[in-house]
Amino acid sequence: MIPKMLEYLFLLIVFPGFVFSGVMGLMVGWVDRKVTARLQWRVGPPWYQNFLDFMKLAFYKETLIPGGVSRAVFLGTPALGLAAATLVSTLLLVANGSPQRGFEGDVIVVAYLLLIPPIALMLGAFASANSLASLGASREMKLMLSYELPFVLALVVPIMKTGYSIRLGEIIANQFSAGSVIASPSGAISFLVMLLCVQAKLGFVPFDMPEAETEIMAGTCIEYSGKPLAMFKLTKAILLFAIPVLMITLYFGGIKHDAIGIVKSVSEYAGILVLMIVIKNTNPRVRIDQAVKFFWGVITALAAVSVVTAYMGY
Amino acid sequence: MGLKEAVLSRSINVFHLSSGSCNNCDIEILDCLTPRFDLERFGVTLVGSIKHADAMFCTGSANRLAVPIIKRLYEQMPKPGFVIVWGACGCSRGLFKDSYNTAAPLDEIIPVDAYIPGCPPKPEAVIAALGKLVAMIRAKKGSG
Repeated sequence: MIPKMLEYLFLLIVFPGFVFSGVMGLMVGWVDRKVTARLQWRVGPPWYQNFLDFMKLAFYKETLIPGGVSRAVFLGTPALGLAAATLVSTLLLVANGSPQRGFEGDVIVVAYLLLIPPIALMLGAFASANSLASLGASREMKLMLSYELPFVLALVVPIMKTGYSIRLGEIIANQFSAGSVIASPSGAISFLVMLLCVQAKLGFVPFDMPEAETEIMAGTCIEYSGKPLAMFKLTKAILLFAIPVLMITLYFGGIKHDAIGIVKSVSEYAGILVLMIVIKNTNPRVRIDQAVKFFWGVITALAAVSVVTAYMGY
Repeated sequence: MGLKEAVLSRSINVFHLSSGSCNNCDIEILDCLTPRFDLERFGVTLVGSIKHADAMFCTGSANRLAVPIIKRLYEQMPKPGFVIVWGACGCSRGLFKDSYNTAAPLDEIIPVDAYIPGCPPKPEAVIAALGKLVAMIRAKKGSG
């Protein structure tokens, strides 16, 4: 019993949990900044920049708490979001490392856990007694309501294509024997839908109105400083690391373990990541009503089409 | 130079505070972020909220209406925080030295770490000032 618990704690805290995901997340965040800089013909920051930013906030800066806020909610929500993001990353990487582990329905658990960081951000913003933060939080809420429907519909397609299994391990194993989900027409449409939904989930540019820097000054995070801000940034970094892993798991048959497979998986990962960054850098920010219309109209229709084609067996 | 100074000097998030400037210095701030000068190489990024900032770029002549806001924003900046003044107006009230509306130069209102003279200062001057600020942080001097 005790060794089992120690093993789980190691998985959650060291590898592939908090420490590993955090370091990888900050590295991936640097890739984001560097690719953005290169797309704008700039040089960009050195590779350790995100580590410096994180250390500065976590250890050396003052934490200010605005007057009249609930300290428990204001300081508790960043920890909640970070815990959920860490758990998502751990579940995904453990399922990729050894597909026979995991439990029945962990895809659904991952989908629910991915909802917690935006909710934590929203609660923290509402708790911070600032009108701009409230505005950001209300936008975050609307955005969440809009992308969640097509996200779940898109998630259904890999489940249908892999013999209706709701275990990450079985989804990976099925794709190993029957070919990747993305190779089928329904899988390709579903991948496209998922790509746009995760863009909104990560708060990347066409859908970054919750924290629109130029109009509502960082929106949801406006009152945060020091350690809680570092936690929010780390949450975002871990999600940025974990979400391409989720997409590889669902559409490309997971991370392979042999030599050629690792190269293939890493290039798939880099491809998805760079695709997201390029979408981020080549689009202007849309208004929240445009985003809701987009997700509930075209994207939901596309997701429905992909579900129907998957049902028909294509 | 300890780890703290090394970290603080290479990760300076900047808040842009304009207190009645003519927009010239403000445009130069944006110039510094363009491909030719690219301050992000040194870890300098513009942030929207003063609570995320490590340094304030103050432009403008600090007129009477702006003074309470400048003081309040300085107090809201999480410490250690630094102040860099831009342009002739911020450094010495410039053209508006004898105006009824500018009571005092900015460094008599809040502590200032670096001055960048010029109307407006060139981005090269800004990078030189940032270099001095970095040296100052590493030598554990400065108001922060």
